[in-house]
Amino acid sequence: MKTVRLLVGTTKGVFFLQAPAARTAWQVEGPHLAGRAIYSLAHDGREGRRRVWAGAASMHWGAVLVPTDDWGRTWDEPQEANVKFPADSGLALKQIWQIAPGLEDEPDTLYCGVDPAALFRTSDGGKTWEVVRGLLDHPHRERWQPGGGGLCLHTIVRDPGKADRMWVAISSGGVYRTTDGGRTWTARNAGIRAEFMPEKYPDFGQCVHKIVQHPSRPGRLFAQNHWGLYRSDDAGDSWQDIARGVPSDFGFAMTIHPHEPDTVYIIPIQSDMVRVAPEEKLRVYRTRNGGRSWEALTRGLPQRHAYDIVLRDGLTTDSLEPAGIYFGTRNGRLYASKDSGASWRVAIDGLPSITCVRAVVVDEGKPARRAKARPAARR
Amino acid sequence: MTRAVFLIPTPLRPFADGRSRIEVHVAKDPPALADALEALWDAAPGVRDRVLTEQGEVRPHVNVFIGTESCRWTGGLATPIADGAEIAIFPAISGGL
Repeated sequence: MKTVRLLVGTTKGVFFLQAPAARTAWQVEGPHLAGRAIYSLAHDGREGRRRVWAGAASMHWGAVLVPTDDWGRTWDEPQEANVKFPADSGLALKQIWQIAPGLEDEPDTLYCGVDPAALFRTSDGGKTWEVVRGLLDHPHRERWQPGGGGLCLHTIVRDPGKADRMWVAISSGGVYRTTDGGRTWTARNAGIRAEFMPEKYPDFGQCVHKIVQHPSRPGRLFAQNHWGLYRSDDAGDSWQDIARGVPSDFGFAMTIHPHEPDTVYIIPIQSDMVRVAPEEKLRVYRTRNGGRSWEALTRGLPQRHAYDIVLRDGLTTDSLEPAGIYFGTRNGRLYASKDSGASWRVAIDGLPSITCVRAVVVDEGKPARRAKARPAARR
Repeated sequence: MTRAVFLIPTPLRPFADGRSRIEVHVAKDPPALADALEALWDAAPGVRDRVLTEQGEVRPHVNVFIGTESCRWTGGLATPIADGAEIAIFPAISGGL
């Protein structure tokens, strides 16, 4: 029997929601890792795993990556912090913004993106993590500037057909691409406007909030920028403005349909200075033609006195048909659509401020491969 | 040998086998707070990365008191430790985000 599990990160811990594939009613449980801010969650289903990774940050005790193999019944809290900057960098980890399992044929590889902006990689399933030197030592680093969330590397996109090609997005540094497995990185921001800089089209320094890619078309990327919506058809070499027909091109969240590579969803925000839903209407916008036009999806969403906004990883999809679309707001409300966005319902209200949402379709009749037991410290 | 006692706050006790007090003995003479902390890490390794950053600095929202004085005002990790010192680790009064 297939079920959908939603992994919901909040400023106060992790919540798990579960529903049958019909997605009509949701059960919630949590918080796990209570009290810690969870800005990143990922499910790793490779090789039969059912592992969830959480990037858990305590204001007091720092940030670590914590996995669970049993939907939160036990967490394998590391004794030693597992993501650490090398001494010669002089940097100290503040937050883990993104966790990205590697490709199917590299089942023990994962990446994570952090604040201060850097990329870490493990090739032993998460036992040890190493910083990706090519980006850590990039000459642009000294001119990257933190945004409101810090200087974060928040997006990691792999090319499923070319293991050495990868994109990352940094706020604010822009989009960077490697084609040699992370040894060298090139800024790929041509055509992306930096509204907040005197030079409007610099090589780097843009504040890209999220980039998405459909695995069937890995060379085409969509970007939600700090002002601006863009598409690249040449793997990031150039970007075209696709912000036609949206109430604001400022926003954070962006996701792509699991089966339709031309279908992208965003949730606009009024402006950088007034971060509420535009015109006090909570609307998801969808393009079904690669950004040539956008339509508002409003059925079931508040169209008066709406102040909710959605952060960069607060919008996601499942892999069912029709696709489920989900988003969580900073006001702690989680909306779910089981019809690709045509209509919406509140799955749960009253959570802490939601920072990230991930959806996983699980075949509950299929046993998971159990990880080797390791002593776990709970807190 | 200089003897010191660490007071472990509740959130860190899972990394200290549940202990609220850990007595350490420091061979270095004269000892500094950094030496006492090294002895604490030997006794409870998981506490280290919760108290210090990877650059070896006390985390900004953690306070370490020697007696009643925060080490921030007494020389940081170089603060001298007297025999019988009581060293308390506290989460700062930050939070609420």
